[in-house]
Amino acid sequence: MSKRRPYVRSMDGWWRKNPYFVEYMIHEGTALFVAAYAGILLTGLLRLAQGEAAWNAWLSALQNPWYICFHLLALAALTYHTYTWFKIMPRTMPPVIVGGQRLSAWAITGSGLAVATAACFGLLAVVWGMAR
Amino acid sequence: MKQERKRSNAPIFWALFGAGGMLSALFGPMLVFITGLAVPLGLLLPADTMSYPHMLAFARNWLGKGFIFAIIALFLWHAAHRIFHSLHDIGIHAGTGAKLICYGLAMLGTVLAAYALLAIGF
Amino acid sequence: MAEKTIEIEVLRYHPEKDREPHRQVFEVPFTDDMSVLQGVQYIKDYLDGSLSFRWSCRMAICGSCGMMINGIPSLSCQTFLRDYYPARVRVEALSHFPIERDLVISMDGFIEKLESIQPYIIPKEPRTLEQGEYLQTPEQLDAYEQFSSCINCLLCYAACPQFGLNPDFVGPAAIALLHRYNVDSRDGAKAERMELVNSEEGVFNCTAVGYCSEVCPKHVDPANAVNQNKTNSAADYFLRFLAPKGGAK
Repeated sequence: MSKRRPYVRSMDGWWRKNPYFVEYMIHEGTALFVAAYAGILLTGLLRLAQGEAAWNAWLSALQNPWYICFHLLALAALTYHTYTWFKIMPRTMPPVIVGGQRLSAWAITGSGLAVATAACFGLLAVVWGMAR
Repeated sequence: MKQERKRSNAPIFWALFGAGGMLSALFGPMLVFITGLAVPLGLLLPADTMSYPHMLAFARNWLGKGFIFAIIALFLWHAAHRIFHSLHDIGIHAGTGAKLICYGLAMLGTVLAAYALLAIGF
Repeated sequence: MAEKTIEIEVLRYHPEKDREPHRQVFEVPFTDDMSVLQGVQYIKDYLDGSLSFRWSCRMAICGSCGMMINGIPSLSCQTFLRDYYPARVRVEALSHFPIERDLVISMDGFIEKLESIQPYIIPKEPRTLEQGEYLQTPEQLDAYEQFSSCINCLLCYAACPQFGLNPDFVGPAAIALLHRYNVDSRDGAKAERMELVNSEEGVFNCTAVGYCSEVCPKHVDPANAVNQNKTNSAADYFLRFLAPKGGAK
């Protein structure tokens, strides 16, 4: 008879045991802010469909300090999401060969962040241009 | 040795997750700043940036419609996928139940957004 | 001069005597050229001969001596006690694997996975001896070379919470090796291996934590292999209806 009795350890609290995993849970947690923000936008869209009074009520609700607080946190969370999204990017892509050399991880992350910065300020410029 | 393997249907959700993740990585911070901070606090942008006539015109334009729909729907699918996996990560292996709630809510949001955009007209 | 010592805390488990693992601390003579493996060997040779662990080459090439050292998956032969001294060093069997005894893990599941990926070249075009060797360009070599450095030390599995949560997940090293053969220009069995990639045990268990690639002592970057195959698998998932079926030969 086999004397083997392999012991399986519990996974409870695994993500608290290593700083790398704590960071992983934080960047996964940005999804809560993405979801809540999408929910706020969806509410706004539904109010827009209901007419001017409903829209204006939604717009003034956004001035509530709680909403301002939430959006400050959401800004931090989504910015962190942007950073981590492009940080992990080199690990998720096929190698990019430029001039016979593999593009370094740093170059991929850097280009991603540069494109995101351009996209953000491009968006701001478009909104500013449309509103003016 | 060879066994029958069941093909995963994850690519559907993974693709939506990836598209939403990319969209929010590119535009998320500035969108939050514009709609959540700049406009309510009257910073930087003209006071009527998100006025009813402006937003109605934007939502009636096919490009604007597409942008609004993509942002809301893909943000929701991105978040639903991450939250579903995070539940698994913290030990809530609710399986089909958690899947239905996470992806179901994203689906509901998508349908509501499509409905509102159609109701707003062209 | 008094001899310096360092405390090594080992997670012990004896399947015939213990209900569950427990910690035991040993006081080991310390010199600053000692690896953690040498510390553990000292315990076995002089303090407690019943301590069980795997090791062989002592030079980070055999992949036998992986352990959790202060909670980090590491090869104990290339981790040095001086980096912890004078604090106590905590040593434990690799995470996410069943403990067979003390620092020895059960590798049964991994061996099955390794077999399932067919880790050998299945020639696209069989050649006779007269036809000579298979030629590859440096670019073709570069496509897979990094993934061929895996020594099966299993640190990446100990770093992968998704494997810990679902032991059926094929996991980082096996998928890195699978990828190594799939992208080899001489190989022709990609379609067979993709069945495993696409399956419920396949790549979509991964949530891109990325820690597997951090701990890899051979810089294989298994996370990259897994995530490239998510893209491959998704492309096949959506485009398979467009591609002509290959049955008309």
